Amino acid sequence: MIFLELFWTFLKIGIFTFGGGYSMVALIQNEVVEKYGWMTAQEYTDILAISQMTPGPIGINTATYAGYTAVVNSGLPQWEGVIGSLIASFAVILLPFVAMLIVCRYLSRHRDNPVVNSMFKVLRLTVVGLIAAAALSLLTTESFGTVGLNKQFIVSILLFAGVFYFSYFRRTSPIYLIVASGLIGLVVYCV
Amino acid sequence: MAIFSTLSTLEANKCRDVRVVDWLLLTNIPQSLFFIYCMYRKLFVSFWKIGAFTIGGGYVMIPIMEQELVDRRGWLSREEFMDNISLSQAMPGVFAVNMATVIGRKLGGVRGVLCAVLGNVLMPIALILLLAIFFRFFRDNVIVERIFMGLRPAVVALIAAPVFRMAKSAKMSWKNCWIPIVAALLIWLLGVSPVWVILAAIAGGLLWGVTNR
Repeated sequence: MIFLELFWTFLKIGIFTFGGGYSMVALIQNEVVEKYGWMTAQEYTDILAISQMTPGPIGINTATYAGYTAVVNSGLPQWEGVIGSLIASFAVILLPFVAMLIVCRYLSRHRDNPVVNSMFKVLRLTVVGLIAAAALSLLTTESFGTVGLNKQFIVSILLFAGVFYFSYFRRTSPIYLIVASGLIGLVVYCV
Repeated sequence: MAIFSTLSTLEANKCRDVRVVDWLLLTNIPQSLFFIYCMYRKLFVSFWKIGAFTIGGGYVMIPIMEQELVDRRGWLSREEFMDNISLSQAMPGVFAVNMATVIGRKLGGVRGVLCAVLGNVLMPIALILLLAIFFRFFRDNVIVERIFMGLRPAVVALIAAPVFRMAKSAKMSWKNCWIPIVAALLIWLLGVSPVWVILAAIAGGLLWGVTNR
């Protein structure tokens, strides 16, 4: 039953996401592409591109879109895909939401607890590795073209380097980078 | 009449007394959604705006939230707002939704939470659904395929960049850089589920904290 699997998977993803949208993206990728095989890595990359271009939290956008695609890819009609996407986005919110409500109550007592602080220190470091793993496993020949001196691979490497530069050093907003690289792709692959 | 009085208590930041009716209202979902909308319109609209007009994820929302909630509405002081940011970052889940939860709860109890969270995610979910439905028709189009051939490496770079940014804010050094490296290798090469890695990190962090005390 794909809907139950979706619910359980995204419930897990929600509660294990520490450190923002990109770590959620990494978790979703691991579950949806590698564990369940609901979609290919390339499809997931496309979903990520669209999720970053549309307004809203990236985690929610990706969950919604991945839920839809997972259901539709398994051969069910589109309206069931809509249900799947709603289940995914609901499940992803549910547990953190409850945890947040509980923690709000007991916050003041444990705020400066050194044990809790050191847990978060290690957790933050781990999340860095988690996102790195997601980026590494998206380095596929489907996204970059076969390795060698062909056009797609060279253009892809240049685009990767350029976007990385602007995103990391110049802090350019992802929306501009995505629009620009889409236009570059459109122009470069036309000729 | 009750609607207006609740609104004014919301403005006055003390809504503890209305919480009893929350669960009664929740038994009739369509009606309660309507009530929530009427009573907590401002809270809903504020978070709707925050959700619908920020492209690029949760952290882009911080300045917009600050402007809307602190400067425009005056619901929170700047210090309270900063406290809420650090709490939302520490907790699991989507940052923006966590912010909506903690601020909604503070301002209007359970109903406040519901309309803040719903307001925040409604528009993004609706938009992405529309896109998901229509993108299937265009996916095999030559022009769309070309655009996405350019987009895919860009998306990978957009995920690689926060790795280094977060390494900085997590205070990564030569002494502790083995933690992210081991985590990345476990997940990437050995195919260990990130869930186990995170659980191990929580356990290890707590252990480290206890022994260092």
